[in-house]
Order: sequence, then C-alpha cells, then structure tokens
Amino acid sequence: MSPNIGGQGPIVSLRDVRRDYALGAERVHALQGVTLDVERGDYVAIVGPSGCGKSTLLNLIGVIDQPTSGTVAIAGKRVDAMSDREATQFRLRNIGFVFQRFYLLPILSALENVALPMAEAKVSKAERAKRASELLAYVGLGNRERHRPSELSGGEQQRVAIARSLANGPTLLLADEPTGELDARTGTEIISLFQRLNADGTTIVVVTHDEDLASAARRKIHMRDGRVVDG
Amino acid sequence: MRLALAQASLIRHRARTVLAVLGVAVAAAMLLDMVMLATGMRESFRELLLSRGFELRLAPKGTLPFDTDATIPGVTAVIATLRTNPDILEISPVLGASIHILAGNRDVSGSALGIDPSVQGDYELLSGRDVTTPDALVANDHLLSQIGARIGDTLDVATGYDPQTRTYSGQRKLVVTGRVKFIYGANDQSASAMRRETLEGMGRQARDRASLFMIRVRKGADAEQVRDWIERQLPNVTAISIATAIAQVDERLSYFRQLAFILGAVSLFVGFLLVTTLVTVSVNERAGEIAVMRAIGVSRSHVVEQVVLEGVAISFAGAVLGLALGLVTARYLHTILSAFPGLAMAIDFFLFQPKAAWSALGLLIVSGIGAGIYPAWRAASLPIAESLRREAIA
Ligand SMILES: Nc1ncnc2c1ncn2[C@@H]1O[C@H](COP(=O)(O)OP(=O)(O)OP(=O)(O)O)[C@@H](O)[C@H]1O
Ligand SMILES: [Mg+2]
Repeated sequence: MSPNIGGQGPIVSLRDVRRDYALGAERVHALQGVTLDVERGDYVAIVGPSGCGKSTLLNLIGVIDQPTSGTVAIAGKRVDAMSDREATQFRLRNIGFVFQRFYLLPILSALENVALPMAEAKVSKAERAKRASELLAYVGLGNRERHRPSELSGGEQQRVAIARSLANGPTLLLADEPTGELDARTGTEIISLFQRLNADGTTIVVVTHDEDLASAARRKIHMRDGRVVDG
Repeated sequence: MRLALAQASLIRHRARTVLAVLGVAVAAAMLLDMVMLATGMRESFRELLLSRGFELRLAPKGTLPFDTDATIPGVTAVIATLRTNPDILEISPVLGASIHILAGNRDVSGSALGIDPSVQGDYELLSGRDVTTPDALVANDHLLSQIGARIGDTLDVATGYDPQTRTYSGQRKLVVTGRVKFIYGANDQSASAMRRETLEGMGRQARDRASLFMIRVRKGADAEQVRDWIERQLPNVTAISIATAIAQVDERLSYFRQLAFILGAVSLFVGFLLVTTLVTVSVNERAGEIAVMRAIGVSRSHVVEQVVLEGVAISFAGAVLGLALGLVTARYLHTILSAFPGLAMAIDFFLFQPKAAWSALGLLIVSGIGAGIYPAWRAASLPIAESLRREAIA
C-alpha cells in the first residue's frame, strides 16, 4: 500500500500558476497566480465557493490540463508542459484520481475495474488479480469482487473507484468532490477511508464542499476568485 | 482487455448494435453479390466453354459460332486437314438448323443440331439412348413438353416451311430416343439433336457442311498455337480459342461489370457511413468515461485501438451475416436474371467463388477500420479536463 515515498522536498509545488480559458471573445481567469506546496504524506482539502477555480487547480496537479503560465512540479518533476504521451505515463504511475461520479466501466466487474490501470501498466495477469483483490479488501469490498457497478450502492462504487485509483501505487491521490453524490452516512465511510489511506502514507489532495470531509483533512486551503486566500 | 472493452460497449447498447450489424449485413450482401456478378459471369462462361474440354471452335470466317446461318463447306476435307496436326485430338463438326415438328395440326418450331454422337460435346444424355441410328432424335425437356412427346414416340419433322404455299419441305419421320440437356442452350429453348447426315439429308443445302467445329487439343499442347495453325491452313474459317471467346464476352459484359462495380462501391460506402455514425455516437455518449480512462492513465493509442476495434467488430459481424445473406439473394437474383429473354446460354450470373467472398470480407474489414478512424481520432483528441467538467455539469 505504501506509495512511492522517497526523495526530498514537497510532492506538489506550484509557482505563480495561471489558467485562462477563452470563452468566446472573453478570457476567463480561472487561476490568477497560485503558489502552493503540498508536503509528502499530507492530506489537504481545497475549499471555496463554486467557480473559484478548485477543479481547475486539481486538474493541473493531476496533469490532465496545462497552465497558461507558471510552473507545476510533482515529486520534483516539471509536469506543466509534458507531451500527451509523457503526461499519460506520468498519471498512470504517479497519480490516483477519484471523481464525484465514480465512472466505473459498467460492463466490468469490481475486480476488473480495479485491475484496468494495472493492465495499462503491463502488470501480469496473475499479479493484477492478486493486487486488485487486496485493494478491494482494503476498501472493505472483499466480498464484492464479481459484482458489476450496477449491482453496487453509490458508496460501494466510490470505494471501488478509490481502489482503482490506488492500483499502481500512486504518489498522490486526487479527489474532486468524492462525496458529492453520496448521502451523509455513506460519505462518512469515504471520509474514514481517506483518513486510513493517509495514515498508511498516501498523500491526498481533495476538493470539496463537504464540511465533514474538509475538516477531516490535516490542512485546509481556502480559495477565492482564482487565488489561494490562506494556506 | 481492450477487446473486452470494445465488446462491452457493443453489448451495452444491444439493440443498436444489432441494428447496425443488420445494416452492414445488407450492405455486405449487396457487395458480395456485386463482386460475384462482376467476376462470376466470366468465370462461369469459361467453365461452360471448358466443361467438355473443347478448347477451340471453328466458325465460318468472320462470324461467331451460330451467329449467322453461314456454314463451312467440305467437312471431310477440313477434317482431313486438321488430322495432319498431331496436337489435335478430337474434331466434332456440328450443323445447326431450325426445324418444325408437326404434332397433330400444330407446328412447333425449334432448333436442331446435326452431330456425330461419338464426339459431340453439346449435350448430356439424361435418359434413353443417344442418336445411334439415322432416324433417331434426342430433345430437351422443353421441346418434349411442348409437343407432348415421350421417348419412343415417332415425330413428323421438317426442315423447311413455305408460308405462301403452306407446304413443308425436307420432311422425315424421326423417333425420340433420348432426353438431353444442352450445355450451351438455355432451358427455355426448344432444342433437339440428330446425326449430322440425317439433318443434312433433310435440308436442301449442299452436303458435307458444318456450322461449327469443336476441337479438343492434346494435353500440354498450346491451344493458341494450334489456333494460329488452323487459321493459316483453313482460310475460310475463324478459329476461336476459349481465351479469345472470353475476351469477346468480356467486352460485351463490361457494362454489367461497371454497374456491379458502382453498386458494390455504393454498398461499401453505405456500410462505412453506418459504422462511422454508430461508433461516433457511441464515442460521444461515452465522452466522460473515455476522459476518465485517459485521466487514470490509459494511453491515446489504446483508446484508438478500442474504438477502431468496435468498428471492426460491427463490420465483421455484419460481413459474416451479410455473406450468408448475399448467397441467398444471389440465388434469387439469378432466377430473375436467367429469365431474361433471349439469353443464349445457361450462364451463372452469381457464381460463388471463395475468392469473391474473401475479397468482399476483406473490403468490409478495411472499411470497418476506416470507419473507426474518425471517431477514434475524436476519442483520442478529447480534452480530458474539459470533458470531465462538461460531464459534471450535465
Ligand atoms: N473549459 C472552460 N471554459 C471556460 N471557462 C471555464 C472552463 N473551465 C472552467 N471555467 C471557468 O473557470 C472558473 C473556475 O472553474 P472551476 O471548475 O475550477 O471551479 P470550481 O471551484 O471547481 O467550482 P465548483 O465548486 O462549482 O466545482 C469558473 O468561472 C468556470 O466557469
Ligand atoms: Mg469543481
């Protein structure tokens, strides 16, 4: 379970990051100079009003988007201008993503969904099955391996998605509103799962409106109008 | 894994996939039929000409076999000349004429071939016996049913009729000895055959003539060489080899082939558009899912593979179904086309050749790959963050 810890310095390091969107003739300044460090082993919640740029920031950290200016480094490696191929490999090896909508592949079983990123990373079939099974047990779904997503509750699906995000032992786990589609009780299960993951060494950055989830984090970052207002 | 995913996306919308496969199958059936039509007629014509192993045919100078009433005189002399070439194995002179059969007060007209039963290559005996005696006649089923005759019946046959005086000439009584099937004639033509001497005896033309010679060449001999030799030796005949006959038929069939080519291309294109449309719709629907797969590290090329595979899977399923469908429709179309009046020969319009099926299958799979390219490109160039955001808003 232990992520690729090692090396020095912050695991996430943003310097004066800006992200503009062209909206017709206008430009939307979604991020207006964000400078931010996240230390290894930390558990950070990014909070702030809707439209303040939380998702935009998380996407830059997750290397699925690139800044208009500024630098983004993950585990000491510049990721802000990577080619698609490099970025894809980087995400596969280092980043775990959890989304508000769980986005499991409906036709695959829970086990197969968790094994998907491992297949992409060319892990052998036997190893895939073994690790996927361990991960499902870790998130408390050891008895749901053969179930299809449609046969699982929302909370269970999100736990499968979390297991999937851990498939290749990521350096960093990113989650955008992971409890957004869940009721309070199920949300609590996810919150404690994140706490357990962090306690076991995973660095987590989570974007949320959920007060409970935010206060479970070690550190809260408040954003407003594309800026970090306190860290 | 990718195969499973492509399959998964097809199974998810089962009804839609089935409809698309059916659509491709119809296009594939059409394509196969057109490929069969384009190549089949020539092939079956070749098989027909070769079926009795006569590689060469001699017709009066400048004509095609049975194209005119012209004949070649001096059969005995022609045969004597031909015999001097050791490459010529068998010579079968054939005389053609039209006949009238007087049945009660009816007059049924038909064609008659004067042949030598020991070397003839024009018909197959179905029942009874061949024309071994001078007064024997064999006829096809069409003629027999028209006059209501059976084997053993005696017929009143004439070779000439003068409509002004209403008199018949060259009359003779002949006995039906056998039922035959004419290889080069259509089944809806009344045809008969008798010994060449018999037919000659009934006509008013000079004796010792033939409308056509069929010639079998020794195995291993060059038919073209023999053909040239014959034309040099016999200046009043045209010698036609199977190759030249096919070339001539090819020329006449070129309209058919162009039509087949265009219709085939259209079917292929329709199939292509159908698959492109379906896969594009499927990619658009799954934009969020694809974006998530890309976000968790699935490479562009794997997304492309999966999408292309989806197109190929539809095309392949459609093609296999379509080939079966194509064979059935080919049979149906064949019956329509062979009812075409005046068709001289029993040609298979839609000859099934494994080659035709393979090329149709190949074309469909290539077009299936092509059909996946556009949606695959869309899937691969999907902006990940933006697609996820759009999904979250939706
Ligand atoms: N692709 C885009 N094109 C145009 N504008 C965009 C795009 N993506 C984001 N924006 C704008 O950038 C700003 C920040 O958006 P972002 O999604 O990061 O907000 P957020 O803090 O995640 O909001 P929420 O809490 O509602 O998810 C918003 O004003 C948004 O409209
Ligand atoms: Mg957001």
